[in-house]
Amino acid sequence: MEKMSRVTTALGSSSITGRTMFCHLDAPANAISVCRDAAQVVVAGRNIFKIYALEEEQFVEKLNLRVGRKPSLNFSCADVMWHQMEENLLATAATNGAVVTWNLGKPSRNKQDQLFTEHKRTVNKVCFHPTEAYMLLSGSQDGFMKCFDLRKKESVSTFSGQSESVRDVQFSMKDYFTFAASFENGNVQLWDIRRPDRYERMFTAHTGPVFCCDWHPDDRGWLATGGRDKMVKVWDMTTNRAKEIYCVQTIASVARVKWRPEKKFHLATCSMMVDHNIYVWDIRRPFIPFATFEEHKDVTTGIVWRHQHDPQYLLSGSKDSTLYQHMFKDATRPVDKANPEGLCFGLMGDLAFAVNESLVSSDGGRKPYPGGDRRYPFFSFKKPNPTEQFAHVSSALSVFETDLDSSRMDWFVKTAQLYLLSGKPFTELCDHNATVARELKRPQVSTTWTMLRIMFSDPAPGPNHSLSKLGGLPLMNSFSMKEMGPESRLERCKGESRQDNIHLEPGNSHISNNNEENEETEGSDGPTEYMFGDAELDDDDLYPLEHDNQTVAEEPMYTLPPEAFQLRHEIIDNPSVPEHLQQDKADSPHVSGNEAEVACLTPIESFSLISISQPLYSPHLHANFFCPIVREMLSHYAERGDVQMAVSVLIVLGEKIRKEIDDLTQEHWYMSYIDLLQRFELWNVSNEVIKLSTCSAITCLNQTSTTLHINCSNCKRPMSNKGWICDRCRQCASACAVCHHVVKGLFVWCQGCSHGGHLEHIMNWLKNNSHCPAGCGHLCEYT
Amino acid sequence: MQHQESLGRWDGLGSRDASSRAEAMEFICQEVMRKVEAIEPIKAATPAPGSSSNSDLNDILVHLLMLSRRCPFEDVRGRCTQLLRDIQDLGIRIPRPLGSGPSRFIPEKEILQVSKVDASTQAIFEDAFAALHRLDNISLVMSFHPQYLGSFLRTQHYLLQMDGPLPLHYRHYICIMAAARHQCSYLVNLHVNDFLHVGGNTKWLNGLNEAPQKLQQLGEINKILAHRPWLLTKEHIEQRLLKAEEHSWSLAELIHALVLLTHYHSLSSFTFGCGIMPEINCDGGHTFRPPSVSQYCVCDIANGNGHANHHNDLLGNQEMCGEVEELMERMKQLQECRDDEEASQEEMATRFEREKTESMLVVTEDEECVPSRDISRHFEDTSYGYQDFSRRGEQVPTFRAQDYSWEDHGFSLVNRLYPDVGQMLDEKFQMAYNLTYNTMATHKDVDTSMLRRAIWNYIHCMFGIRYDDYDYGEINQLLDRSFKIYIKTMVCSPEKTTKRMYESFWRQFQHSEKVHVNLLLMEARMQAELLYALRAITRYMT
Repeated sequence: MEKMSRVTTALGSSSITGRTMFCHLDAPANAISVCRDAAQVVVAGRNIFKIYALEEEQFVEKLNLRVGRKPSLNFSCADVMWHQMEENLLATAATNGAVVTWNLGKPSRNKQDQLFTEHKRTVNKVCFHPTEAYMLLSGSQDGFMKCFDLRKKESVSTFSGQSESVRDVQFSMKDYFTFAASFENGNVQLWDIRRPDRYERMFTAHTGPVFCCDWHPDDRGWLATGGRDKMVKVWDMTTNRAKEIYCVQTIASVARVKWRPEKKFHLATCSMMVDHNIYVWDIRRPFIPFATFEEHKDVTTGIVWRHQHDPQYLLSGSKDSTLYQHMFKDATRPVDKANPEGLCFGLMGDLAFAVNESLVSSDGGRKPYPGGDRRYPFFSFKKPNPTEQFAHVSSALSVFETDLDSSRMDWFVKTAQLYLLSGKPFTELCDHNATVARELKRPQVSTTWTMLRIMFSDPAPGPNHSLSKLGGLPLMNSFSMKEMGPESRLERCKGESRQDNIHLEPGNSHISNNNEENEETEGSDGPTEYMFGDAELDDDDLYPLEHDNQTVAEEPMYTLPPEAFQLRHEIIDNPSVPEHLQQDKADSPHVSGNEAEVACLTPIESFSLISISQPLYSPHLHANFFCPIVREMLSHYAERGDVQMAVSVLIVLGEKIRKEIDDLTQEHWYMSYIDLLQRFELWNVSNEVIKLSTCSAITCLNQTSTTLHINCSNCKRPMSNKGWICDRCRQCASACAVCHHVVKGLFVWCQGCSHGGHLEHIMNWLKNNSHCPAGCGHLCEYT
Repeated sequence: MQHQESLGRWDGLGSRDASSRAEAMEFICQEVMRKVEAIEPIKAATPAPGSSSNSDLNDILVHLLMLSRRCPFEDVRGRCTQLLRDIQDLGIRIPRPLGSGPSRFIPEKEILQVSKVDASTQAIFEDAFAALHRLDNISLVMSFHPQYLGSFLRTQHYLLQMDGPLPLHYRHYICIMAAARHQCSYLVNLHVNDFLHVGGNTKWLNGLNEAPQKLQQLGEINKILAHRPWLLTKEHIEQRLLKAEEHSWSLAELIHALVLLTHYHSLSSFTFGCGIMPEINCDGGHTFRPPSVSQYCVCDIANGNGHANHHNDLLGNQEMCGEVEELMERMKQLQECRDDEEASQEEMATRFEREKTESMLVVTEDEECVPSRDISRHFEDTSYGYQDFSRRGEQVPTFRAQDYSWEDHGFSLVNRLYPDVGQMLDEKFQMAYNLTYNTMATHKDVDTSMLRRAIWNYIHCMFGIRYDDYDYGEINQLLDRSFKIYIKTMVCSPEKTTKRMYESFWRQFQHSEKVHVNLLLMEARMQAELLYALRAITRYMT
């Protein structure tokens, strides 16, 4: 009530009270208007034309202006306006092109006063002069605006919009002679009422129709326009060229726009389609509505502030046949529901995180990002009313920078460059790639390659499969665990790169160290195993010591192939166990195994004991047998973000695996990998991948935009035909500017002047010169 | 398979680069000659004309014939003609085009020759050719109005080939469905080819019931939209979107489909209205085999005039002398006396009603509504046809243009759900509505806006759309009976359009002006259908 009294005093004589309320109309409304004392409202539509009194608790129907037996299209209103000076004067715009004025002071039932049928098409808008009693302006679909003097029978002047339909006309509040008109083609024109021959000014405000415009009630120069392009723009008209000073993007075409009284930066909008809400915007914060009224069930067609000095009451009419009075304090504030938290990854892997400050302060560990904490002071009222401001939301912005080393994608680049994808036998490719991966300290990938080699290389004949070789099993298990170790770790800390894992767990690092040592000391073992193409290599990578004991000390080489088969079966089981394996590791008992020197390997032993009890398998497994597991593995890699691995394996395995994976997935992998490669500017690799892919959608990437348009270096005209000779100047176009010989092979040239030559010649030249070697004076730029 | 390959090979001919065109042409030459040589011994041994390799060659020859006539590039035309002559010299039967020119109604010499066009039209042609590898007869006829043609092709290209919610073969299939509704074999043929070219399933072509459930659901909307769009309700939309769970349409897909449907319904009207000939390389466009009509080709039958019969219009001309002048006089009168004569509101309403009822009487042939309404095959004709709006006007209220207009409402909805298309359609509608050369037959500097508006509103009137601010008495003044018959036939049951109808209206007007009328009819019809469809969607959304 305190606020109410404040409002009342501000308004002086008449006091406005009320609440949010509505009443049912009989028909959809097209437009509404209030009389000057804010006590009555007129509602007009195709089938309705009524006056309602605004009372404290309800709307009361005062008068129905649709009288007479015959239904007339003159009653079918597109717009209505109540005169702001004369309490008894109304004007309507009819869809059939008539402009009608109504005099409520008439004693008869029919209040129709004057009828102007000068427009040929629908009249979209009527507007009374704000201070002049007899001046009425209309804008019509036929492209004309007409000014009527109500004391005369016909229009006094006609303004032509060059057959562009007029959507809105508005007299300026401050300039007596000026009015603005908005058009269907996106233009807004300013006219001087005394000069009907041509407009004073015109500018393009929107793309597509400008449905509405409204002058700022206080500020002389501001005009708000709303268009079909879903924008509300505020124009400063005081300068020579209309300047767009604010722009609000809404979600639907803007049908009406009305400045909020007494609030310099507020305006209300409603839309023509789809969206039924009424929004009040603070034009300085165009991203979120200041307040929203969500009562209507269908499109809101008319909005008007109840009193020209009271910002608290908004009236609206709608197609859903209701008339509403909205109290500003009952409005929804979208900003309250907005989520002030944000999260975003930067290009280099940085993570920015904005969060409500209150949350941050409770969490002591985080340092706010400097500059992230900015308050937006919006109002400089002495006593700011909390409902009249945007809620102060200040967020603290924290940026988590990944340190450069760990976030580098060196491994990716190196891998991409070093991997061999074709041109050698399958086993060699695998071995090569395994080596590459190992050198980049990616043991898991390396192992995968090796395993692939084992799985898919032709199985060596050898039925002498011995179960006595169970010694291999524990090793394989331990390996598999090792494989999953870093991986699950990785999942926990995504931002960090693989190399870090080495330092994460003492056990792991221990192993890696061993690994390195063995690579140095026992290089001789490698080659022998490669020859056999079995699984021992895996073990070699990770557990050289164990491996030593087995292969070198106990067994002759040729017995290894069957062992490889055994191992394969173990691998099959692996993907399903990693988590539980990881847990097992911690609390499994220390079984004293054969390897005491590597302490962390002991739990593995325990696991191996379990796995021995697994059923046995055929020694003659066809390579196809592994396809499902490889498919799973590839998907796994791809999902983890290592699409490089997925694609590389796909290419290397070729036919062996291709039919297992559906084309769309393949295409998706290829696309992602190629995209990555191109971001790292690995053009050659990306092209190789494209070439090697079997998806038609990918290979055709190479076929697009392969045309190079060049200019002749002599006559500077485009070279149209093929070959070396320009067909215009009959000169050889591709001569080297340095040695004057024809360049065949790598030809480099400046795109500015078309001169160029042999790569090495130009490079030499540019070491000492910056101008073009051809002497054309161009400062050549090579990228 | 081979056919597919050969289609791929034609692509090079669409290039703007002369040398790559020459290269592609060279390649085709070699390929064709190789095929010709391979075939000759076989032919000598077994003169079975239907052998596969033979028909494959025939396809290529027909394509060459098409290129020799329709390719916008001079060099390709020349080479193709030359190549065909060479092949003929080798003793192979080569095809020749059936009929003359792209339209049955318009003498070939009236239509722009591909070889003689100005630069801007040439550019439009080249664009179209590069996109589709053909220049269809519709485009040739429309090239009377290059401004419009550009806008039309851009829209069509976007709808069929650019980004959109529907997969390519769905789009072509929807086109087939729409064109089949009006038994427009020309468009059906065209899109059957395209449909197969983008990898569509041949089985679908057997009928709508072979197509996926999702497309089948569109059948009902297609039917209603084509013939009685005012009956489309939000329930129809609801059923497509909600009821069928796995086969449901998203709103964006539905809009895309609806735009395609309306576009092709109205394009069917245009095709019949201008008597578009079958493409040279489609069935019925060339004689090669005995002149039997294939299963898709019903154009000739429907129109009852396969052969160009040269009408002597001299008599008619004398008779109708002053027709144009009379029309202009009326327009002038209307313009002048407009302000004096003030028709009362009910008078206006009656005029609208009268126009509606009269439009009902215009068509002599009376269609009966047979109860069986479902179409099982999309090619099949069913009894569901246009029914006069006013006949069942009791239930269906008049559509008030002021309450749901394209500019205010339709555009926003389309653009929201299928970005850019709203803009393109808007452009196209405006282009068609505002297109004028300020000429009427031989008279220059005539303001034709009144006449154009009358035509536009008359069509909307037939669909029950009423403009409050239009005096429907004007229609009666400006459009004579034969013209009304033509409009009504073309818009409501285009397959019944005959050459006689085309010739009997506006005898003194030029062909380009008649094509202009056709464009107006087409766009007005499309807008009317689209308005009903979009209104249904809006109602569904609110």
